[in-house]
Amino acid sequence: MSAPLIEVADLTIGWDGRVLLQAASFVVEQGAVFVILGGSGCGKSTLMRHLIGLEFGSGRITIEGEAPDQGVTARPRFGVMFQSGALLGGLTVGENVALPLQQWTNLPADAIGGIALAKLRLVGLVGAEDLLPEELSGGMRKRAAIARAMALEPDLLFLDEPSAGLDPVSAVELDELILTLNQQLGITFVVVTHDLESIFKVGSACIMLDKESKSIIARGDPRSLRDSSTDARVRAFFNRTHLPVAA
Amino acid sequence: MQPSAIELFRSSQTHSAIQFRGSLRFAQAAELWAALRNVESSAVRGETLDFDMAGVERIDGGVMALLACLRTELQRRGVQSEFVEAGPAVQKLIHLYGADHSVAVLTPRAPIGLLDQLGRATISAVRELQLVLAFFGQLVISGFSLWRAPRSANWSDLPATMERSGADAVPIILLINFLVGLAMAFQAAAQLKRFGANLLVADLIGIAVCRELGPLMAAIVIAGRSGAAFAAELGFMQVNGEIDALRTMGIGPMRYLVVPRVLGLILVLPLLTLLADVAGVLGGLVVGVWNLDLTIRGFLNETARVVSIWDVSSGVIKSLVFALAIALIACQQGLATSGGAEGVGRRTTSTVVTTLFALILIDASFTVFFRVAGL
Repeated sequence: MSAPLIEVADLTIGWDGRVLLQAASFVVEQGAVFVILGGSGCGKSTLMRHLIGLEFGSGRITIEGEAPDQGVTARPRFGVMFQSGALLGGLTVGENVALPLQQWTNLPADAIGGIALAKLRLVGLVGAEDLLPEELSGGMRKRAAIARAMALEPDLLFLDEPSAGLDPVSAVELDELILTLNQQLGITFVVVTHDLESIFKVGSACIMLDKESKSIIARGDPRSLRDSSTDARVRAFFNRTHLPVAA
Repeated sequence: MQPSAIELFRSSQTHSAIQFRGSLRFAQAAELWAALRNVESSAVRGETLDFDMAGVERIDGGVMALLACLRTELQRRGVQSEFVEAGPAVQKLIHLYGADHSVAVLTPRAPIGLLDQLGRATISAVRELQLVLAFFGQLVISGFSLWRAPRSANWSDLPATMERSGADAVPIILLINFLVGLAMAFQAAAQLKRFGANLLVADLIGIAVCRELGPLMAAIVIAGRSGAAFAAELGFMQVNGEIDALRTMGIGPMRYLVVPRVLGLILVLPLLTLLADVAGVLGGLVVGVWNLDLTIRGFLNETARVVSIWDVSSGVIKSLVFALAIALIACQQGLATSGGAEGVGRRTTSTVVTTLFALILIDASFTVFFRVAGL
């Protein structure tokens, strides 16, 4: 069995003196679609920002054995899709996808253009290369952001709330895209979401964060957790019910 | 269904309950609220005042919201208060409105004194200065790393920045400096005429415009136009997550976004300053010719005689520092933006105010330095 792609040990995160997650440890295996889930405000997106090296807490995070902050101003070892897509507004979709290639490869402009077009085709955005981000729908923006995140052929992609704000059809299409990229290209995904349909469809492993206990309250296959967890909070989340009122 | 009614029931010296009966509807909320206020006002810290819901046949969300609010207020005053004897339907509504949760006791904030406010403002100003200096340090480091890897900068942004900050600003800079030269010459003309020293208006305008007003007015216009634009652009990118996206692609915002803007301004502001000098002198020339009976040739000869190369180049030197200060402050403020659209507005305003203050300070420092150095 190969070594885990991401290892997190005793990680404590928070901001303004407020702890969101205390002493969390988990691993993400190669080839997984690893879902970070939990209710609103439990620190899912903040945890992802720590994993990708944009914020720092106490504890240890390694991606392929190295700390993630080495990705900043060096060739990144992973791709990231932010919730809003975060495409650069002054560049066209094609230029957005080409940007990391221009920065980190010595390829000529025509080759970079070709790769950008291929990536856009892969995510189903044929013909959108000359559009500006503001001309795209929410789903198209997220697809374009995935294409940009994949530009440098990373083995690992982080997706923050990929289905948030999308209509059901676009959300399903995005889930299918994640599965295709995972199964056919072997890309490992770390997905932050609380969309149950998406979790069951794409997730191969998950951790569930809890706001009250500031800890990971469940880990494993999301379908198994749904069917057999004895934790009332986990059952309430997966069955979309509220927690029983404390006496 | 009986109409609503409330009654205070006192079971001991320190324990009482408000008994609710009948149907509690939002339509009667005003009367109910007045009656409740009347009843609860006698409760003091340490007492218990429960809401007895046993007789409630029906209650709607609006009234439950009021009761929840009243319970919170009572608990914050130190009066214990709970909903008791509620049936299942009422209990559900109590839970829905969170009226069965404990209430955090708020400790009132002490008002901030004048000295405290002054101290906080000072610390905040010093911190801002520290941040700008740290930003300058990062810019220098980025400059050195660019020397080693020139491809990593976003050079394609440089011409666009120069066009937007330079070429597009030419008309407004010419107009403003022409009018400033005109107004100054008018003021001077009235005084100089009395002494028959009409020609000296050329000396005054030439030196004042080239050494002080040309560079300063050009910088002020650029601070208002380009400084604010830089801060707003970068601020929007920051709140939209674009800066984070750049970082995750291994592209430092300093090299990709800040360096082209700083370089762009450093390249265009000296040129705009020279244009501002010409426009200011032309403003003075118009007054000299029409108001002081000078000839065009006479005015220009006198200007050329009195204005030295150093007068012009000292203004250009100033403009280089002005450009650096404007770009540095604007980019630092833009990248420090947080808090959505309001944050962008706040940082843009702060950029203009801080930059204008910095420009005046730098200008005064240069003037004093040149005077002391005999330049």
